[in-house]
Amino acid sequence: MSDTTAAPSAPTHGMGAILRHAQYVIRENKVTGFAFGLFVIILLAALFGPHIVPYDPLASNTSAALQAPSARHWFGTDQLGRDVFSRVVVATRLDFAIAIFSVVLVFLMGGLAGVAAGFFGGWTDRIVSRIADTIMAFPLFVLAMGIVAALGNTVENIVLATAIVNFPLYARIARAEANVRREAGFVQAARLSGNGEMRILLGHILPNIMPIMVVQMSLTMGYAILNAAGLSFIGLGVRPPTPEWGIMVAEGAAFMVSGEWWIAFFPGLGLMMAVFCFNLLGDGLRDIIDPQRRT
Amino acid sequence: MISATAAAIPNAPPEVPLLDVRDLTVEFSTRRGTVQAVKHVDVTVGKGETVAIVGESGSGKSVTSYAVMRILDRAGRIANGTITFGGVDVGKADERNMRDLRGREISMIFQNPRAALNPIRKVGHQIEDVLRQHAQAGSDDAKAKAIAILEQVRIARPEERYHAFPFELSGGMCQRVVIALALACRPQLLIADEPTTGLDVTTQKTVMDLVVELTRERGMSTILITHDLGLAAAYCDRVVVMEKGRVVETANSHAIFSAPNHPYTRKLVRATPRLGVTLTDLLPEDDAVSRSALRKASAINGAAHQGAGESPLLVVDNLIKEYPRKDVNGGSFAGLFKRNGAAAPDTPPPVFRAVDGISFSVRRGESVGLVGESGCGKSTTSTMVMRLIDKTDGQILFDGEDIGAIPARQFARLPLRKRIQMVFQDPTESLNPRFTAARAIADPILRMGDEKGTKAVRARCEELATQVGLPLDLLDRFPHQLSGGQKARVGIARAIALKPELVILDEPTAALDVSVQAVVLNLLQDLKEQLGMSYLFVSHDLNVVRLLCDRVIVMQAGRIVEEGPTEQVLGAPAAAYTRELLSAIPHPPL
Repeated sequence: MSDTTAAPSAPTHGMGAILRHAQYVIRENKVTGFAFGLFVIILLAALFGPHIVPYDPLASNTSAALQAPSARHWFGTDQLGRDVFSRVVVATRLDFAIAIFSVVLVFLMGGLAGVAAGFFGGWTDRIVSRIADTIMAFPLFVLAMGIVAALGNTVENIVLATAIVNFPLYARIARAEANVRREAGFVQAARLSGNGEMRILLGHILPNIMPIMVVQMSLTMGYAILNAAGLSFIGLGVRPPTPEWGIMVAEGAAFMVSGEWWIAFFPGLGLMMAVFCFNLLGDGLRDIIDPQRRT
Repeated sequence: MISATAAAIPNAPPEVPLLDVRDLTVEFSTRRGTVQAVKHVDVTVGKGETVAIVGESGSGKSVTSYAVMRILDRAGRIANGTITFGGVDVGKADERNMRDLRGREISMIFQNPRAALNPIRKVGHQIEDVLRQHAQAGSDDAKAKAIAILEQVRIARPEERYHAFPFELSGGMCQRVVIALALACRPQLLIADEPTTGLDVTTQKTVMDLVVELTRERGMSTILITHDLGLAAAYCDRVVVMEKGRVVETANSHAIFSAPNHPYTRKLVRATPRLGVTLTDLLPEDDAVSRSALRKASAINGAAHQGAGESPLLVVDNLIKEYPRKDVNGGSFAGLFKRNGAAAPDTPPPVFRAVDGISFSVRRGESVGLVGESGCGKSTTSTMVMRLIDKTDGQILFDGEDIGAIPARQFARLPLRKRIQMVFQDPTESLNPRFTAARAIADPILRMGDEKGTKAVRARCEELATQVGLPLDLLDRFPHQLSGGQKARVGIARAIALKPELVILDEPTAALDVSVQAVVLNLLQDLKEQLGMSYLFVSHDLNVVRLLCDRVIVMQAGRIVEEGPTEQVLGAPAAAYTRELLSAIPHPPL
């Protein structure tokens, strides 16, 4: 697509078209527009959070402990006098990073294994499907707990655990989608063009199931954030005093009864908005990515 | 309403038509504003009359019938006009009255019979459902009535078939069940939307004969929606021709072929393959003249190509393909362990012979037609020759080399791959939806072509696009932004990109409108003459084969029943099966 001699008035391809289409989708669908707006806020918080927050998220100030939300401390302060607003914003980066990496990892593992299983069938299919079945036989959160407990209490292991837990979902969807395209006309045509099986798999089949995978990735982003926060909540994974939504909710939970609701409420709200955003985004993304809908 | 049938029916001709559509306009709201799919259409159907609505895709013929049934999808609405059915204004009737009307007064047969039937319910039960819905039967007599209806649509052994699931029946049989469903409540009007598209010619004949016979018996009216002018003229009293949402001509079916009035009708009539015409005759008048001059000039070149090959390009000798028959009782548990276990079965596994020892040859520069109905093994044969699947036994010699011995998996990487290419049946399905036209054409060049570098590949793509008549500005479009004919051209450009010697054409025009088919067939003929390729043309449409092929091979149940020059096989068929195929082609009254 290096050729740029196409009519300048209405290019039917390239980034311009995709952007215009995205604009259209967002304008037509208010919910998608809202989700995208939320996504931009989350992204900005993740990128610039530590630089824009008013207080150091780790600096404790016992004289200002347990203050209710005010103009000075928008979300109040916690038991050590740390600014909850700063902590919630700074935590975005860690939670977001865990979600992104685990989703990319599970796509590389589950997505590719599933596509191969669906396309090649036979032994590849049997092995991938049985692995997926085995993982699904466990209660997923307990499995994630087990993996983190066994491998050690680090952020990398949270990412890995979240990815493994989601493996069956990706493998199954990718397998089903690849399977229906296995004997499609364009795959046969690709064989006639001299494409090897691997090239057909990666160059012809995979791009066709990407829209579905991207929607799936967006949906699991929300789940990945919840999973990471959940693990931190029960004391696995990220350790205090690192700002992280799950730990903050866990720490604040004790103060709920005594009336200091803001310590747990605001990280919980951040968590909810992030999950909500990614779930809504999934549908919008599908509309934008799928070329069939771009007419 | 000058109709032979109407006169034959005792209680006709009526003063008021059964269905009267006046000035109908249907709009669809889309992203680019409202689109009028049907514009100011008038159609009348008298009692006992059979009317065909003919048009190419996008002509609005189906939308018209959906409007009559009031089953337009949510984006569509009747913007203008009245639809009167038996004195009732359908446009104003409320949803409850419409539900009563549909099925009991007006019923519909859809294109894909399998999709129209519930796959997990016995066909007998499905008929009972319709009967009960419209209070035509109670629980005590429903079964007997359903069996009687199955018998009426000429289903053999109706008591047994009552318990069959749709997937256990053939396509033609399913369509009969759908007809049975449609006729169960003795409606006054039957709308048949492309009822035989996708069925074999012989099945088409039996299904159409059945519809016409049943509707005559009951004095019903029928609307046949079809793209096939020949079928319409053969089975209907009147033909309504639609183009781009408008009715351009309404004529007696006798008159439509002999004296078409509207230019569009003339173009359609010309494009319909029939006896005694040549390929250029299918094109619009002004096109055809220049084309036939051109062809005469190139025919000399073509002859030179043909003389060059003394040894045949492709020889198929005693080719056999067997598939293991699915063991109905075979336990899946046993199957799980059998494969790697040492327990070799003593008896050979039961097999199904899709291709049963066929032999033929294709000379250089020759077009050979491979004809037969679905399931006769013609596609299996062509995919084996194409080296996409492995043979069970026999030889496939290409230019003297036994390519049948090379496993299909390895064949993709051999230089031989360049010399045998294929044009697929469905131009939409055979293009990767995420590749632009240019990328699709470039795919074989990138893998096996001599051109290297982006510029050279692009130049070759443009050369090929010009060769197949694809405008260059369409090269950067995705398949869904192209029309059916344009997609077919992309498919052909891709197939000839590597300058193959043998091209297998697998019903390349089956999914196209007749006028597009005419252009594509001419294109294929021109390309063959220019490039000196051989064609193996797989088709069930004998009229198309007659136009394009030098020799014809007729297959039935995996065997060749007849083989010879086209004029001989189709003009004076020796085998009974060939005669049956030929007689099943709908012949418009002339």
